[in-house]
Amino acid sequence: MDITVESVVFLIFGVLTLGSALLMVTARNLFHGALYLMASLFGVAGLFVLLAAPFLAGVQVVVYIGAIAILIIFAIMLTPQVTAMRGIRTTQWPLAVAVAVIFFALLVSVATPLMGELGVDDFAADFTQENPPDVPADSLVRLGETLVDPQGFMLPFEVASVLLMAALIGAALLVWPEGKAPTPPAEAGDD
Amino acid sequence: MTELLQDIGLSHGLAVLIAKTVGVFVVGIFGLLWTLVGIWIERKLAGRFQDRLGPNRVGPFGLIQTVADTVKILLKEDLMPTGVDRWVFNLAPIVSVVSVILIWAVVPFSGSWIGTDLNIGVLYLVAVGAFGTVAILMAGWGSNNKFALLSAFRSVAQLISYEVPMVLALLVPVLLSGSMSTQTIVQEQHIMYLFAVPLTVLIFLTSGQAETGRGPFDLLEAESELVSGFHIEYSGMKFGMFYVAEFLHAFTIGVLTAILFMGGWRGPFAEDVPLLGFVYLMIKSLVAYVVLIWVRMTLPRLRIDQLLDFNWKFLVPLSLVNLLVVAFVWKVVPDTDQISNLGDAIVPTLVLLVVNIAMIAVVGAILRERGRRERQRIEARMTAAKPAAAGD
Repeated sequence: MDITVESVVFLIFGVLTLGSALLMVTARNLFHGALYLMASLFGVAGLFVLLAAPFLAGVQVVVYIGAIAILIIFAIMLTPQVTAMRGIRTTQWPLAVAVAVIFFALLVSVATPLMGELGVDDFAADFTQENPPDVPADSLVRLGETLVDPQGFMLPFEVASVLLMAALIGAALLVWPEGKAPTPPAEAGDD
Repeated sequence: MTELLQDIGLSHGLAVLIAKTVGVFVVGIFGLLWTLVGIWIERKLAGRFQDRLGPNRVGPFGLIQTVADTVKILLKEDLMPTGVDRWVFNLAPIVSVVSVILIWAVVPFSGSWIGTDLNIGVLYLVAVGAFGTVAILMAGWGSNNKFALLSAFRSVAQLISYEVPMVLALLVPVLLSGSMSTQTIVQEQHIMYLFAVPLTVLIFLTSGQAETGRGPFDLLEAESELVSGFHIEYSGMKFGMFYVAEFLHAFTIGVLTAILFMGGWRGPFAEDVPLLGFVYLMIKSLVAYVVLIWVRMTLPRLRIDQLLDFNWKFLVPLSLVNLLVVAFVWKVVPDTDQISNLGDAIVPTLVLLVVNIAMIAVVGAILRERGRRERQRIEARMTAAKPAAAGD
């Protein structure tokens, strides 16, 4: 196999993803761990770009780095002294390793048949950016249409929306000041 | 340029790589050099708004004041406080500048000049904005200073909150043009979207102002409360980089407004002369930017509760309703998906304009009512002749 630009970039992002992931779980400092997590997620976004899926890469950065990782850092910074703790150790790591291995095996077992189905398991075809596998050009439009198509994924999509909405309302109720009945916002904002 | 490199015998992949690298340097350096001019414009304007002259000593009209400042800041000692997180502390200013420069990759300077015409351009804008937030968090945490940390908390609360109306406002040009590519959005604007959806422009400018952390939303560097904000421990060029990033981000909001709502590089003869398109884009950007400076220099700073109240109880609901109404109107008006010239665009634009004016009128009425109630509440407190409760 020749060394193409794609393979070099793949190598860079692969190392970035795996290396940061490794550093994340071994970092003693929680804040550093969160930053490594961001780097790792960024590497995954880079891999998505290489796979000619820029939309997924964008969503990856917006959702995981822009929202989830930042909230994790926020929680870390709000927890008193958590970053100053020396030698955070836990005895649960064998369990964690076992779960990770099982999860990895599950992913491989699900993804391998899918590759055959999509016709992208032919490694000899040597796909590059100029010679991509048979992916529809308007995949973004099709993704959007499938999500709201009754024959497609409309039901799961709506269920997920309702779930998120319920979580939103639940969060608002949890932080409601005690001894104060939920009143219209205009009243609640007085204090 | 790709063809030129291929002519001298380079492979296609390598030629594209070199051409893109050169493009990255050109766009990046242009952005940073523009900062020198832009800061002068901003300080001059700020001076006028505040009834003073602004920089006027170094060079004609103080033109090279920024250059002098840059030299000064470069020569300053680079202090490193004790107890800082070395890597995080040093990386933060770089991430801060990079997050802004990255936005320029999808700016269409003219019909043919664009870094990369991503088909997810608008999503990309939102995505790289996230790195700016990370930079502020890194600076706040890495500095080992409680004021910096407090400022970082505030900024994250602010940036995450105001990202919601910003994204909802960004969706409107995407909806109208049927594309997320910045270039296509510009090409679809036979009539500037500014005239079709003025309310969206206002929402975008407001949340953009908050995203850049400038007055009246400059809580993250409220001097009287936080000494100077998340960059308190930075000196020399590291502080300079935060300053550059803030300025460039604010100007980039102006550029984005020009692209998304004011027709970008479009103008007379811009199709044939790319340079003219670039000039149009810069003029439009400056117009939007001057509005932002105007607001910054005129309004006093908000309190944190006012800031969040304003966002979650006013701006977010408003932008949600705005998006729904625009989407509905766009669906009802016939043939909106086949607009290909100026004539086709007139009717939908007029309909949207009327709907927008109606919405602005309703919002104005609601705001007036709110303001009246707030004044009554405060008056009642004053007359109750007891010291006002300082809140909880």
